[in-house]
Formats: sequence, structure tokens, C-alpha cells
Amino acid sequence: MSTSTYIDQPRVVCALGALESVLAIDRAVPVLHAGPGCSSKLSSAIGGLNGCQGSGYIGSHLIPCTNLGEKEVVFGGNERLADVIENSLKVIDGDLYIVLSGCTPEIVGDDVAEVVKRFADAEKPVIFAETAGFKGNNLKGHELVVNAIIEQYLKPAETKNSKQVNIWATVPFYDPFWVGNFKEIELLVRELGLEPNIVFGPKRGLTALNKVPAAAFNLLLSPWVGLENVKLLEEKFGTPYLHIPVLPIGPTATSAFLRTLSQYAGIDSQLTEEVINRHEDEYYYFIERAADELLETRLLPRRFVTLTNSAYALGIAKYLINDMGLLPETQFIIDGTPEEHQENIRQEFQKIIDGYEVPVVFTEDGGWAQQEIRKIPFVGKPLIFGSAWERTFTEELDGYHLSVSAPVSDRMVLDRAYFGYRGALRLLEDIYTVILSDFQ
Amino acid sequence: MAINIRNSEAPIREFRLGAISGYNGTVTDLVEKSSGCSLKNRERCFSQSTSCSAGCAQGYLSGIIDAAIINHAPVGCAADAIYSNVTNKWGNSIRDWKHKNIHFASTNLNEQDTVFGATGKLRQTIEEIYQRYHPKVIFVTTSCVSGIIGEDIQSTLDELADDIPVPLVPVFCEGFKSKVWASGFDAAFHAILTGVVKPPEKKTNFVNMINFRGSARKEIIEMFAQFGVEPLFVAPFSTVEQLSRVSESAATVSICGTLGSYLGNGLEQEYGVPYVKSLQPHGVAGIKSWLRGLGQAIGKETEVEAYIAKEEERIAPALEKLRAKLRGTKAVVGMGPSYGHNYIRVLNELGIEVIWGATWHYDQQYDHGALPESVKHVAQTQKDLPISVCDQQNFEIINLLNRLRPDIYISRHSGSAMWANKLGIPSIPIIDEYTAFGFNGLISFGQRIHDTLTNRSFAKNLAKRTRLPYTDWWMKQNHFALLEEAAE
Repeated sequence: MSTSTYIDQPRVVCALGALESVLAIDRAVPVLHAGPGCSSKLSSAIGGLNGCQGSGYIGSHLIPCTNLGEKEVVFGGNERLADVIENSLKVIDGDLYIVLSGCTPEIVGDDVAEVVKRFADAEKPVIFAETAGFKGNNLKGHELVVNAIIEQYLKPAETKNSKQVNIWATVPFYDPFWVGNFKEIELLVRELGLEPNIVFGPKRGLTALNKVPAAAFNLLLSPWVGLENVKLLEEKFGTPYLHIPVLPIGPTATSAFLRTLSQYAGIDSQLTEEVINRHEDEYYYFIERAADELLETRLLPRRFVTLTNSAYALGIAKYLINDMGLLPETQFIIDGTPEEHQENIRQEFQKIIDGYEVPVVFTEDGGWAQQEIRKIPFVGKPLIFGSAWERTFTEELDGYHLSVSAPVSDRMVLDRAYFGYRGALRLLEDIYTVILSDFQ
Repeated sequence: MAINIRNSEAPIREFRLGAISGYNGTVTDLVEKSSGCSLKNRERCFSQSTSCSAGCAQGYLSGIIDAAIINHAPVGCAADAIYSNVTNKWGNSIRDWKHKNIHFASTNLNEQDTVFGATGKLRQTIEEIYQRYHPKVIFVTTSCVSGIIGEDIQSTLDELADDIPVPLVPVFCEGFKSKVWASGFDAAFHAILTGVVKPPEKKTNFVNMINFRGSARKEIIEMFAQFGVEPLFVAPFSTVEQLSRVSESAATVSICGTLGSYLGNGLEQEYGVPYVKSLQPHGVAGIKSWLRGLGQAIGKETEVEAYIAKEEERIAPALEKLRAKLRGTKAVVGMGPSYGHNYIRVLNELGIEVIWGATWHYDQQYDHGALPESVKHVAQTQKDLPISVCDQQNFEIINLLNRLRPDIYISRHSGSAMWANKLGIPSIPIIDEYTAFGFNGLISFGQRIHDTLTNRSFAKNLAKRTRLPYTDWWMKQNHFALLEEAAE
């Protein structure tokens, strides 16, 4: 185990990185009460240099910010914040303004809640979340922001919609495949006759957000991030939730997910099996066609390592083990999974092959994890799923490398998804493009 | 204000250079008020995210080949490690070097640390990162949090000095301390000057070439060879050993006046290495002024004149053709002050009319106590040019561009050029510091402008299908409506 408290080669950012979760809600505007460099650094790390997810409507250098200086550190920044909120409402065309406070105001004791309260009667809603960087990483920040929206913005629904299911999955921007994943999940859930409602992504915005309390249930596809949110939704609006603690990739996991979901939602199992069959048929058409290449060449690595966030560590491992016949070496999870969730994730890994123990290590110290991977006696070229930090490292190991977890600075990701049946096909395409282009 | 290498910290640009980040007027007014540093800064009652000193300091120092950066901060302040690693690979790539990751760690301060302090964590991080990578120097960068809670970084480093056999150098670059992010470059150079550079033992024929990623290094090596000197690229992609000897060089030149002032003047002041304080080497007038400055410093005036004459003649026909194509084009410039003022001149050389110059800050003087040559030159050639200073405030720039409707917007720093496209105005971001370097750079830059103007489809289509995030109210205001009067 790594005992370090420091982070060598950052693969997460701080809680304020949740400004990206605000940007993921169409026409929502983050208003930062933070230092001058915060947005620039965070937006580049989990945005621009993470699959080329640039500014969009109001990102990066456009985000209103108090740019806290010496004056505010000495005299307090409440009035500066009030000015910037007031003028944000005038200058920026948005639907929902979410004030995010960083480290400085929380240390110097600014009263963000009080300042935001002054805008209770503004034409547009203004809410806030305390996301000081020292409170945790951006995944924790994401939960804080969503909880702030639930607490301060959402109103109970007059009537519930028995077919509506809110979908929560991988963290926007931090996971460069978030838009694609949500789209794929939406399509599948709709095929079961449910009405998916998703807050994050293009053209969803407040219309989707306002519908959240009316859902029959919340569906969370994530090992741990988002649990705090669905729990709060249950507490506040009495909406139950279904927690699928993996990101399903490939037929085995996706079909299992659809069966669990349809059972939970009381859907006719015949319909579910039809949906599953249709998709598995489509999936296996391609696999059958590619089987020669997959089996009859010397290319297929037998062993793989993940050095990723928990969603992709579990999702990719389950797919490659269950569907592709590969074996895992140690899996490193670098997303700062809180201790109370680590055992569950460990258990999920042990459910894959009877009697085969998958070693799982939780650490945020990526540099240390790389040192550990160097000690593994690989036979043949290993396949390493990680971030752009692993690219150089994998060259040294003479392995194959694919960036799937932040920072994905070496790829452009638009609407690519790794979720589900088609997501597995994309993943396989990407893996084999790496392998085939390696020697040609 | 002289540079003091006995202090642990470089004073920020506002104190040292009279730097400002809010102004609206003409270049003549700007220059007149700068003499005696009587120019007052104007604040804004609305602002958008800018950049901080720590980002500049860390980005710069992390490019040194065998250095490690340890940022004493919550993890988000080290998020720029990712950017630094990407640009470092770009630098490796253009040198045909094997890729390697930079060494960059965060002490990852948490809530408890903000109450009780965390120099123990800093100590553990330094010890373990040293064992892991054996860097030749460890730069410890500060943050808003470490600064506000009053972490005693210097004492921690002093205590470790006996155990770690390489320099442990503090870099004071708290984001809240300066509105001018370029103060971070000074913090980085202060750390190099105080922690890396050794007093000279001999004289060499190196010329310190202060730059960023060094894409033109082959051209510079060949050019300098004609004057009997060799460039030593400072500071990214050099080793700690190479940097420790910059005090022995024959002269110092810089690609950017903003960047070079602190180290160039510091080396001149402390070790007598002459710093060339000319225009920067962008375009013909720039390279001529720069090379003449260098020639004088190293006693190679004749060789320099011969080179200039030959090169000027060589590019004359191509330049004439370009001018004919670009004549009548109107441009707006938005960059840091040194690049901004230098590029206004470069665009004029290409026959382009600059109708507005916006710079992200403005230094009323450099560290040698004089007004920057580049702004002086603009004031002499285009005395009524409107100039504004804003720390990359996009709401002002977009409002301005919408009103002025230039043919092209030329900018530097990420997060600016793209927005002009949303107004249907084509733009060029100057990402590479050598884009318009000297004679060849001027021609290739001119061609790039011509290409951009020839096919405007991207900007046209983007403008048609996207909406700017500004209200109609704001777009109808004067672009400086939210700039407050200067405090007395």
C-alpha cells in the first residue's frame, strides 16, 4: 500500500473542479469566488486537455470570477462577490447562476451564503456551493454542487411520473466520454419503455433539471460518485434509487444491468430479453467478423492493468475478463475513493471470476502506482489503461497504452461512448487501433 | 528598483514595474503617463477568470530537464502539471528527444492542514519525491492557501538541506498577491537566480536565449554561429547544470520583454552579463534592433550588419508580394504587453492596419528602469492608436470586436482567439513564441494571415450556429462601461 498523502502526477483536481459540472448543465453559469488562476488551471486539466473539451458556451476564461487578490484576503471579499454576482446577472446570458467558493474565501471567513441570499429576488435563480479546494477532489466537488442544486433549487413535484427515471452516471468533463455515455444509456433505457431524464449534456438544461423531483426513481451507474446525491433526492423528494455500482461495458455487464433495471422498474421480462437479444446480436456480428484477428494473430495481450478512476477500472476490467477472456494484473484506482466505498469496489472485482483474486489498490499517488507496475513481471506486451501520464511510462515498459481516464490529453473525444454494447465495440476499436498501429 | 537576490522573494510587478491591468486611451497617452510611473490602475466591478502567478512560475520551471516541482497547496493548484506535461512533450518532440514525464507533485493540502499547518507533509513529499526521481533541484512553489495560513516554507527547506543533496528552492508565487500573472515568471527567475545560478568561474561564448519552448532553435543556432556564439536556451529544455552557468555567458537576449526583464537584468546587475534591451526579434525591425543589440554586446557589429543586409535582401521580394495581398486589412491585437506591442509593429510591416491594441497588462518600465522599447516604437509610428489594458477580460474584448469588426483578430494566450470566430471574425492565436521570428517568421506569419483570410468558412459557420454568452444589454454598452475610475 502507498502511505503517501501527496499526489505525484495529478489525475484529479480539487473540489472547485466541479465548475465543469455546472458547465455540463446547458445555460447554467458558474460564478467563482476564487483566485485568478483557479478556472484556467482546472478547466484546462479536466476540460481542454481532457479529450479537447474546451470552453463551450461559458467555460474557462469566460467564467465570471472575483479573482481574489491581496485586498480581499486582508479586508474580506463579500462586497467584491456581491459586485460580481450583480454584474454577472447583467452581462452573462444564463438560466441558473451557481456561485462556487474556493479556498481563499473559506479561510478568510467570507459569508458566501449571506451574499447569495441578497439575490433571492433576482430575475434568475442564484445558488451557491462551498467547494474550497482543500475539501477534497473534483469528484467530491461534483457531489457538493449537485447537492447544492437539490437543496437550494429543486422544488417538490406536484405529481410523479411513474415512467420517468433520472439517470446519473460518470462525472461530466472529468470523464471525457460523459456525453456519449449519457446518450447511449438514454437510448437503451428508452428501449425498455421508460422515460429517461438526464440533466447533463447539450440542450437538456433547466427543463430536465426541473423534472428531477417528478421521477419514479433515480438510476445511478457509478461505483460511488453520486451516491450522496441520490440519497439526498430520496430524503428530500422520497424518490427511491437503483445503484448499479459499475459502468456497464460489453454484453455481460450491460445485459445484467438491463435485467436488474427492468426487474426494479417492473418491466415485462420478455421485452427486456428482446432488447438484450437485439443488441447482443448486433454486438456479436462484429465480434464474429473480427474473431480471426482477435484470436489468430500474436497480437492479443493476455494481461492488462488499469490505472484509472473507479468507473473505468471496474467497467473495463469486467468487460475484458467476462467477454474477452483476458486476465487482470493489479488494478490501481486513483480517484480518491472514500474509504467507506473501497470494500464494495473490492468486492465487485472479486465477483468476476470464481476463485481468481483481482488485486485492487487505492491510491491518488500515480507516480507511486507506476513504480509498482514496473515491478510486475509481464509476459509479453502488457495493455495499460490509464491517462496521458501513462503514455511515456508505457513506452518504457514496451506495452500498449490507451488513455481512458483523466487527463486524456492525447485524444480528441467528441461523442464517443464506452458504455453498453456499442461502447464496448468502440473500446475494442480503440485498443486494436493502438495494437495494429504499434508495428505498422 | 534594483533586483535583490538576497531576498527570498521577488517583489510583484505592480510594485517593481508599476504594472497595471486596467486602462483605456491612446498609446501616446500611455507612454506619456508612464514616465515617472504616474499611470494609475483602474479596477472593474465585474471580472472573468484570468490566470495566476503560480501557473506561470510552475509552467516555466517544470520545463527544466532535471528539476522537480513540489506545489504546497490543495491538489487543484497543481492541475497545470497536465498542461506543463503536454507542452513538455511537444518540446521533446520538436527536438526528436525521447518523451518523458515532468516531475510535478502536490502536497495535497486538506481542510485540517489549513488549520494546523502541514510543513510535515511538505517534508515527506520532498523526501519521497527526491528518492523517487533524484532530480537535480527541487522547486517548492507556494499557493494562496500556504500563503494565507502562513506556512514557513523557508525554514522547512533549511531543515532539510542536510538530508537532501540538491538545492531546495522556494518559489513565492501565491496567486492572490499579484493581478499580473507575469509576476510568476519573475518568481521563477528569482528562484533560478538565487537557487541555481552559480557565480562565474570563466567566460563562455554562450548567449542566454530566454524563451519558452524553443521551436526556432535550429535557426537560432545557425544564425548565432555566424557571430561566433552559441545559444543557451533558458530555461525549459535545459539542465540544471547548464542553467547554473548562465552567469558565464557573453550576453542575454529574450524572445519576450515581459519574460526576460527579471533574469536578463538580474544577470547584468549581479554578474555583468549584458542584457540586450532592444525591440524583440519579431519581424524585420525587431530582429534588426535585437541583433544590433547583441552585436554590440559581443563586439560583432560588422558581422551583424552583413547578416542583416543579406537577409533583408533575400526576403524583400516575398515581403513585397505579401504586402500587396494584405494591404487594406484591418486587425485588432490582444496579447501580453511585449508581444502585443511588438506584433502591432509586425502587422504594420506586412501592410496591415492595426486599429486597436489590447494588452493583458502593461509594465510602465522594465527592471533596468526604462520604458519598454516596443511601446516606445508604437508611440513613434502610430501615435493615435487606441490602446486598452485588460487582463484578458473577454466581455470587453468581444464587445470591442463586435463594434470594430476588424478583418482579423490576432491574439496570444489560450481562451481568446476562438471567441472572435463566434462573431464571424477570423483569428490567429500566437501559440508558438517564434511565430513571427525574424525574417523567415515574418514571411510565414504573413502567409498564415493570408490563408486565414482566404478561407473564412470556419468562423462564418461557427458564428451562424452558436450564440455568445453575453446579454443584448451588455453588447450595447460601451466596452469599458464596467471599468471603474482610478483610485486617487
